[in-house]
Amino acid sequence: MSNYIKGLFHGLGTLLTGMKVTGKEFFTKKVTEKYPENRATLKMFDRYCGELVMPHDENGNNKCIGCGLCSMACPNGTIRITTENVTDPETGRPKRRLVKYEYDLGSCMFCHLCVNACPHDAIEFSTNFEHAVFTREKLVKTLNKQ
Amino acid sequence: MFDFSVVTNWIHAQLTAVMPVGLAVFLECVVIGICLLLMYVVVAIIMIYMERKVCAAFQCRLGPNRVGPAGTVQVICDVFKMLTKEIIIIRHADKFLYNLAPYIVIIASVLAFSCIPINKGMEILDFNVGVLFLIAASSIGVVGILLAGWSSNNKYSLIGAMRSGAQMISYELSIGLSILTIVVLTDTMQFSEIVERQADGWFIFKGHIPALIAFIIYLIAGNAEVNRGPFDLPEAESELTAGYHTEYSGMHFGLFYVAEFVNLFIISAIAATIFLGGWMPLHIPGLDGFNTVMDYIPGFVWFFGKAFFVVLLLMWIKWTFPRLRIDQILTLEWKYLVPIGLVNLLLMVVVVVFKLHF
Repeated sequence: MSNYIKGLFHGLGTLLTGMKVTGKEFFTKKVTEKYPENRATLKMFDRYCGELVMPHDENGNNKCIGCGLCSMACPNGTIRITTENVTDPETGRPKRRLVKYEYDLGSCMFCHLCVNACPHDAIEFSTNFEHAVFTREKLVKTLNKQ
Repeated sequence: MFDFSVVTNWIHAQLTAVMPVGLAVFLECVVIGICLLLMYVVVAIIMIYMERKVCAAFQCRLGPNRVGPAGTVQVICDVFKMLTKEIIIIRHADKFLYNLAPYIVIIASVLAFSCIPINKGMEILDFNVGVLFLIAASSIGVVGILLAGWSSNNKYSLIGAMRSGAQMISYELSIGLSILTIVVLTDTMQFSEIVERQADGWFIFKGHIPALIAFIIYLIAGNAEVNRGPFDLPEAESELTAGYHTEYSGMHFGLFYVAEFVNLFIISAIAATIFLGGWMPLHIPGLDGFNTVMDYIPGFVWFFGKAFFVVLLLMWIKWTFPRLRIDQILTLEWKYLVPIGLVNLLLMVVVVVFKLHF
């Protein structure tokens, strides 16, 4: 008999605990994003992989040395790098220089391996996710500016 | 307090002035029937919208917000979609009973719906055994559910219907006991009288401890009675696809769906009527100024406010607790709610006999 009454009140207590949890949830801020309306204020989380970009400093220089590690790391062959050999004016030795860094967004699977492979942190993923274009050719992007 | 019977009496006088009494009564019955069905549909639409919004809020979402302002037109679009869909008849189903079942469910629901007093003088069915009639009418619905499960020729439907039969018939008992507790306090079974007696304080305050226990038992049993919340065994999605209405499509499914939501509203409205005073405003004896201010708020606002408050409570329960097993449901009913309800009834009798209530 005492077990019955004890169990009854214990059960009621646990039910009230559950209702307290959901009651709190009822008043918390909702996580739903009203996407097209909130484009101006929408903030994606930092680790979101939207598309590959190559940051440039104010003089228009990037950190890429044209080593090709990113293109080798890519499982899909998304990155194509064209380089040329120039002579370094200080040391007089031949040095590799980046000519064109082509990135095909259409075959990228956003695995982040290229960014991990880069020894100079020359490339990174931006959080931009609005990629829609009308032809596949427009998805092939040249990332370096010079 | 505005008395709605002024309006109805005026209409009756106008009609009898130009036609015989029989025809006038017939016309009034038709008009009231149409109004009742319209209100039924409107309540169903509001309930479905509220269910989706409240469910979303408990899950930290926004719910429907695309169609119309804040998603208000969504449910109306769903109704029209449901109306245009094909009603499929299963090949080896019992065709007559299969088509009859949704209408039995909806008739039971409409009958129970018409018992509810909405405003002073605004009750459709109101006679001296109203409570008994309500319990009898609302339990017709289980016949429809059993027929739907049996005639669908589908094992999931049949299991769902059998579970629902066991569950609904068991929980009728608790509902009856908790309503009986209040009937002991009021010594009347007429809904309009029950509301009138709460003019100097709602029964949940006047009956204090036994009324509160009866209210809680009523909420639990009522939730089980409409097959919702933690008691949605008859349509356990993960086990029985959709239970007794698995094989139904189009508006036949729509009738089951609408009846489920309006039944939830009816349970809440009855709870509001017999425990929270129905359309009676909040009166505190002694504070006359406060009472007159409260009287300026119309009765139907009080009624719908209280009813939707109870609906919110029931939805809170539904979206919090996981589903019970069939043996747990029957244990809860027969080992907890019924004995507690009986003891509570006895307690209420003691309270009434020794005049311990307010």
